[in-house]
Amino acid sequence: MSCEPWQCAEIAATKKANPITKPEIAIAMIKKAQRPLLIVGSNATERYMGGKQLIDHLIDFANASNVPVVATAHMVGEFLKRGYQPAGFMNAMDIGQRVVDPEWQGLDGKGHPDLVLFVGLPYYVESLMLSGLKHFAPDLKTMTLDNLFHPHASWSFPNATLEEWAANLTVMTSKFNGGN
Amino acid sequence: MATKNVRLKIGEMKTSTGLVKNLELSIGSLVDDAKYPEPMGPTPMPSMTTLRDWDMKLLNKYKPFYMPDCDLCCLCTFGKCDLTAGKRGACGLDIATQSSRIVLLACSIGAACHTAHSRHLVHHLIEKYGRRFPLDIGGLNIKVEAPITRLVTGIKPETLGDLEDVLNYAEEQITQCLAVGHTGQEGNNLDFESKAFHVGMVDHIGMEVGDIAQISTLGYPKADPEAPLVKLGIGSVDRTKPVIMCIGHNVVPSVGIIDYARDNKVDDKVEVVGLCCTAHDITRYYNRGRIVGPISWQLRFVRAGLADVVVLDEQCVRTDIFDEAGKVHAPVIAASEKNCMGFKNRTNDPADEIVADLISGKVKGVLILDPEKVGEVAVRVAQQVAPIRRRMSSLPSLDELKQIAKTCTQCKQCQRNCPQDYNISKTLKVAGEGDLSLLTELYETCIGCGRCEEACPQKIMVHSLIIKAGEKAMLCEDNLCRVGRGAVSDVEIRNVGSPIVLGEIPGIVAIVGCSNYPKGGKDVYDICREFASRRYIVVVSGCAAMSAGSYRNSEGKTLYEEFPGGFEAGGVLNVGSCVANSHIAGAAIKVANIFAKRSLRGNYEEIADYIHNRLGAVGLAWGAYSQKAAAIGAGFWRLGIPVLVGPHGVKYRRMLLGREDKTEDWEVLDARTGNKVNVGPAPEHLFNSVETKEECMVAIAKLCIRPNDTWKGRSIKLSHYVDLSKRYLGVMPNDLHLFVRTMADVPSTMKDEFIKILEAHDWKETVIPDPTLLPRMVRKMKE
Repeated sequence: MSCEPWQCAEIAATKKANPITKPEIAIAMIKKAQRPLLIVGSNATERYMGGKQLIDHLIDFANASNVPVVATAHMVGEFLKRGYQPAGFMNAMDIGQRVVDPEWQGLDGKGHPDLVLFVGLPYYVESLMLSGLKHFAPDLKTMTLDNLFHPHASWSFPNATLEEWAANLTVMTSKFNGGN
Repeated sequence: MATKNVRLKIGEMKTSTGLVKNLELSIGSLVDDAKYPEPMGPTPMPSMTTLRDWDMKLLNKYKPFYMPDCDLCCLCTFGKCDLTAGKRGACGLDIATQSSRIVLLACSIGAACHTAHSRHLVHHLIEKYGRRFPLDIGGLNIKVEAPITRLVTGIKPETLGDLEDVLNYAEEQITQCLAVGHTGQEGNNLDFESKAFHVGMVDHIGMEVGDIAQISTLGYPKADPEAPLVKLGIGSVDRTKPVIMCIGHNVVPSVGIIDYARDNKVDDKVEVVGLCCTAHDITRYYNRGRIVGPISWQLRFVRAGLADVVVLDEQCVRTDIFDEAGKVHAPVIAASEKNCMGFKNRTNDPADEIVADLISGKVKGVLILDPEKVGEVAVRVAQQVAPIRRRMSSLPSLDELKQIAKTCTQCKQCQRNCPQDYNISKTLKVAGEGDLSLLTELYETCIGCGRCEEACPQKIMVHSLIIKAGEKAMLCEDNLCRVGRGAVSDVEIRNVGSPIVLGEIPGIVAIVGCSNYPKGGKDVYDICREFASRRYIVVVSGCAAMSAGSYRNSEGKTLYEEFPGGFEAGGVLNVGSCVANSHIAGAAIKVANIFAKRSLRGNYEEIADYIHNRLGAVGLAWGAYSQKAAAIGAGFWRLGIPVLVGPHGVKYRRMLLGREDKTEDWEVLDARTGNKVNVGPAPEHLFNSVETKEECMVAIAKLCIRPNDTWKGRSIKLSHYVDLSKRYLGVMPNDLHLFVRTMADVPSTMKDEFIKILEAHDWKETVIPDPTLLPRMVRKMKE
């Protein structure tokens, strides 16, 4: 598994993501966070692995971990079709702008997220959003749950196959109380 | 507007006070106000800071959200400087300011590009037709011939010569703005943003000048809603004839080719086709012209061997097209000073010698800066080279394709370098096994950049394999585009001014720009069709206008056959090439001027305030890629018109976003009373990127909402917003309570659903103001 940017030219300078070498690292980070938030992009219905779509893996994970989900693009309908109610839905730039605002009190108005998880946005969109957060919300922790290495995140899984990705998500789901 | 360059020379004159000898007076220009009775407004010829207060009003509402594409600054020798997360560079700049500086530089490049194009056109056309040649872009149907120019500069141009004064202003402003990008000039991101708005406004002047000059002189359609339909697509090209392919944006060399072909009565014996905006302008000039397609199809056409001669003018030309043409033995003629391609300048050589050298292959390309000579050489070479080349192609055969695909090692470097992240290696794997279906699918969505080939360690010509797999479909691409009509007439503005401003025509959607699409051009067609069917006014231009015409409905009709070409509800009008985008801003300005009778001359703030608060117009550049697109966007931002870009548009690195959750951001003044009124997030953003076509559909409808909508207009707009949201997002919008001012705003068929939402949000009725952001527009200030 490589820790080079998935899209080769998306390089970072001096502050690069720590690689998540095993899912337990991500699990510990998420469990430690007080107010995590998961942003899910339009590739959630475009990726299929481990016998189901990415969005189905994410619903399992969200149900198990109770991490609130923000659906971008048209993903809200896809979640609802599957019986999952995301905490919010909005344009990717809108949620990015809110997250960099230290005064934003989250979707529930109870406090700013302290860990923002990203998954399933087009690589270049996610990369630039993570860059924005790296620069303008330097105290905020960011993590990607994709199988593509994102150097602008605080923490990123390395580049991995679809099978490895499915396995990682399954492990992560299983380690939370709500998991099967 | 003026008598220019007045020179008075007196050799010797005796007067009561003495003798005058050799007196010479020179006057740059005389403003003849008798020809332009409208009084001058407060801001003629604005400098970079004249409209700064207006910009700050917008930037306070729509705050920049930066997403730096690079953590470093490497523009001076103090650097590279690491600007990560709050660090300042050696000059003191931080990353927000650097990001806005890059925005300014991009917009300045774009504005310079359009304005330099227009300067060349005006020079050339004055040389050919004279400085006094009258401007006419719509006969009696257009009295406001240059709305942007009048609004910004206060000049009312009447002749080609008058346009030089306008360009002088534009060029000075672009130089000033570019200077601001130098190290140690500006230290505040919002000031950089304001200057980006300024140069965007100037860009629209540059575009307007170029298009009204060429419309006036070259016999283009003049604001004609029934401009003819023209063949579009690679399959529409008659491959039995020699083919001259013109790439770029500046029509002058193409006109040379067409004129030569006509004068020598061979226009029915050669095909003159265009790619990118030059194609639009060829067809505006010449009814036998063909539009090959958008910018991204350069490699397709050349590698397939369809071009016998390639003529390059300026802008958006692949800089390796010379190599590509060489592989299929197609001679290249570079015809612009801005794009010499390393060729020897043969402008002053006899045409016979140049033709002989190109046909023999002694040289593969030449630089010719005389458009008439370009015409002669291109036509003669095409006629003589075509039988020799015999459509020589650089594509493999289908058998070779499969063998080449087998050499793929599945390293995925192609995918990792593909802007779209397409799983190319998988398509090659199955192609190697004999199944070309995935490669054929890729043909439909690939943007044709060729980065996959650059990355392949096996040197597989991946894009050629894609073209070969899609070749059959490619040669069947035979569609129709409406020829660029140019401006919107004053009559059309009068007809729709009221329903637009009152909201009864739910919006104007301008779908413009380049072809860096996330999933192919079909999305553009779908978006156009959706909104035209809903009786929005759909305006298209550039590569987007080509994509819009590249598909057919269930009855086999293209968009341009299905919908009328007028500026009317349900119209789909192609204004033309890149520089014709100025007519879109021009139409918005003319609504304020002609319908609302707001004074135009040098009156920018008031007109922009009117447009921002009342005109439900939205720009969409679904495949925007260029600096020119950035400049066009900036021109719309300053007018207060929101712009959407597709997902690749995030690479402009900065959005201008409103916050609908911050109610305090949405106050306007009621011009009737001076009271502050909260009007909700209308429009919500000034510049935003949307991720998918589905999201885009909903965002467009929402961004058409304006504070001034009547209850009937708001009700219509909300019904579209809700309907599109349900259809494409599968859910009711979660912010409807922010857009309902009185119960009359609620669509009658959706009352029950709305009431539940309003009750859940503790909604309270408010007033519909006469909205303005300018205190000076308030007629009666509150005590």
